[in-house]
Amino acid sequence: MDFFKRHFMVALTAVLGLVIIAYVGVQFNLTMFFGVVVPYLAILIFFEGIIYRVIKWARSPVPFRIPTTGGQNRTLPWVERNWLDRLDNPATGKHLLGRMALEVLAFRSLFRNTRTELLRSKEDPQGAKLVHWSYKWLWLGAIAFHYAFLVVILRHLRFFTEPTPGFVQLLDHMDGFAQFFMPTVFISGVVLVLAVLYLLGRRITNPMLRYISLAADYFPLLLILGIATTGILMRYFFKTDIVAVKQLALGLATLKPVVPAGIGSLFYIHFFLVCVLFAYFPFSKLMHAPGIFMSPSRNLVANNRWVLHVNPWNYPVKFHSYMEIEDQYREAMIEAGLPVEKELK
Amino acid sequence: MAKVPKPEELLSGISYKPPEKGWMAVKPDLRPGTYVNAASAKWLKFLDYPFPRDWSVADEDWKLPPNWREIVLEGMEDRLARFRSLKVFFDICVRCGACADKCHFFLGTGDPKNMPVLRAELMRSVYKRYFTVAGRVLGEVAGARDLDEQVLREWFSYLHQCTICRRCSLFCPYGIDMAEMTILGRELLSSVGLNIEWAAASVGSCYEKGSHIGATPQAYKDMIDFLAEENERITGVTTEVTYNRKGAEILFVVPSGDYFADPGSYTMMGYLLLFKYLDLDYTMSTYAAEGGNFGWFISHEMGKRLNAKIYEEAKRLKVKWIMGGECGHMWRICNQYMPTYYGQPVDFLEEPVSPITGTRFENAKTHKMVHISEFTADLIHHGKLKLDPRRNAHIKLTFHDSCNTSRGMGIFEEPRYIIKSVLPEENFVEMPPHTIRERTFCCGSSAALNADEFMETRMKGGLPRATAVQYVAEKYGVNHLGCICALDRATLPTLVNYWVPGMEVTGITELVGNALVFDDEIDRDMDLRDRELVYPIVKGEAGEETEEAGMEAAEAPEAEEGE
Repeated sequence: MDFFKRHFMVALTAVLGLVIIAYVGVQFNLTMFFGVVVPYLAILIFFEGIIYRVIKWARSPVPFRIPTTGGQNRTLPWVERNWLDRLDNPATGKHLLGRMALEVLAFRSLFRNTRTELLRSKEDPQGAKLVHWSYKWLWLGAIAFHYAFLVVILRHLRFFTEPTPGFVQLLDHMDGFAQFFMPTVFISGVVLVLAVLYLLGRRITNPMLRYISLAADYFPLLLILGIATTGILMRYFFKTDIVAVKQLALGLATLKPVVPAGIGSLFYIHFFLVCVLFAYFPFSKLMHAPGIFMSPSRNLVANNRWVLHVNPWNYPVKFHSYMEIEDQYREAMIEAGLPVEKELK
Repeated sequence: MAKVPKPEELLSGISYKPPEKGWMAVKPDLRPGTYVNAASAKWLKFLDYPFPRDWSVADEDWKLPPNWREIVLEGMEDRLARFRSLKVFFDICVRCGACADKCHFFLGTGDPKNMPVLRAELMRSVYKRYFTVAGRVLGEVAGARDLDEQVLREWFSYLHQCTICRRCSLFCPYGIDMAEMTILGRELLSSVGLNIEWAAASVGSCYEKGSHIGATPQAYKDMIDFLAEENERITGVTTEVTYNRKGAEILFVVPSGDYFADPGSYTMMGYLLLFKYLDLDYTMSTYAAEGGNFGWFISHEMGKRLNAKIYEEAKRLKVKWIMGGECGHMWRICNQYMPTYYGQPVDFLEEPVSPITGTRFENAKTHKMVHISEFTADLIHHGKLKLDPRRNAHIKLTFHDSCNTSRGMGIFEEPRYIIKSVLPEENFVEMPPHTIRERTFCCGSSAALNADEFMETRMKGGLPRATAVQYVAEKYGVNHLGCICALDRATLPTLVNYWVPGMEVTGITELVGNALVFDDEIDRDMDLRDRELVYPIVKGEAGEETEEAGMEAAEAPEAEEGE
């Protein structure tokens, strides 16, 4: 099996394995385990894991201030800096806040994305031209994926809260504006699945991306696809006992866990995959979410030339002194008319 | 030396199709033309660098120390503890591939390991294997692999196919910076005695004598004096330079490329003319004779060892502040590292103030060092220079933003402002937007890779830059490529000569030198390169002409009130 297949199959097998584990577990009546123990454990691992990883990062200092400067720097007062210059090359904390907000909320850097190809023409078979153009599809896929996922998560708060907060109801309302099916179809779910399929599809079909992709890249996508699929199946096709599910969820949220009867295995599969996603998060590339806040090329003000940045482990180094050079070349220097510190004796 | 393939051979050889075998199974291809030679022992001994030995990249046996693996892994552990960047960049990459077609080496070679994501993965895979649980347990499935000699060869090959230009970091949604990993990776290679000659020899020379080119103090003076004489011959103006003069107001530091060879030397002539015009109280140092810093291409520490000389000399000469010439990586280091290297306030210098315009360079308050383009743009803005753009009428220019000053500093407007003031308006055109400013493509030979034996890969790496130059050459008849980087001036002529024959490379201050109108000049019928002017200025009729030109210059800038 080649590299790609091996890595893809490992991820696929892992997700299918998880589905089977949950299914079999429920057949053996391990609902207490899958409904209570696993979610608590997953949440614990999720938060502890993230805190642990972030602290681990934070323990290493940032010796140098190395923001990537994507715009005109602050120099002479009359040199114009438009709002993008300020955000892409932040000179103040306020600009930095703007840069980070734009990066985190709007994926600014990805929005820059271009595509470059080598075009060959039939008239000139030996020649070729590199052509660059703006390419926003990856940005669109990524932003659709992340925001759809966010909406889906927020919508799910209705299960964990009583009464359901107003904003969740509003979200439900907006998300389900297109009423072409009963029950109302949530756009976010559809977008999420489409976006995941796009991200997965480009990984598999683009030869270079396939070449660099690892199991760790397929696994979260397949896992989320599994979560979304089971969720959609449950909502639209194989109805589950919503009241019972809410009872379970509320029990977990209020720390008075109960496992009501009558919840189908589809739910447990869905729920188990979600738990795995949470538990997997801190040990995976999904840490890019907190990581972006810690990225020294993004989270620092580009003010090196007017505010001193101190390197905590800075140490003195050996360098060749002026006198060493003068000692070596004094005679020639004098002859050349160069001033010296010590005249010849 | 390996023969360099012809442009069309090179072009037809590029394919963006990955090999059949997975990347972990593909061995690095180190054939002549695609690597920089190994550093000789004498430089390393001289610099106290570990494991000096004579070895060759082409050899099977690289004569590594027996415990090389432990050294590299300990080095990695140490750097993970000292650089948050390395830890975070190793941990958070999602391999989205946004960086892939942003790297000039990938675009030019088609080698997937030149996609920054995979170049980083070459190191990341080792990090995973030895520093993460998943990698230790799952091995290859987790993207982890053992550190063996093949891996080390791979690092040597691909970390020297990265010019630290940061284009990938601009496009990365998390700002993962290959440059940071390349420098730290090269540090690890150095720790087991794997260095490249081009870097080590330059560093050794700079450390010992004062500049990369190994000029002694007296030779340094000779070279610059010669350029001053050239100025006199062409313009009739004596642009004498003082050296190591204590008490001068300004210490002027340039990269050695500016006094060593064409076309950098013309930029040097431009500096001297400009300073003469202003009667600037400045001096140049035979000790801080190198603004460039190949040390940083080997390690942060070596970068500091070379950089330290600039402040030391400023202190010894008791100047007020420092001015730096047109240089890319010099300014990247000035901006990102210099005050931090020094580690404390540079209180023996004063906050830079232009003696001509009175402008306080508040942006250099701590650093105490001003970029020549900032200085010149300020002069022009205040109408302090009498400029005749017609003296550059034979130059149709496009401007190449150097990777270092772009993504490691952010100086875009000043050089353009100067260009627009010293060139007839229609003589300046920009290259396509995806190839300039923050998105600029590197020359492909920076970061100590401008060795002749590396020519094939250099020409490939420079392809994206050259293509954009070719575009404006064909479309607008551009004949000059301007830049504010000495490495560019050293490497771009070779590159454009290969891809876009007939194109000249020029510094921006050279154009200033051409355009400057002196009261006591002789007939200006030649530019600084001894090329005939389109509008020669002949004394006699010059009275009118220069006055007219002077008017232009005085009107051009929006002169501030109260000046």
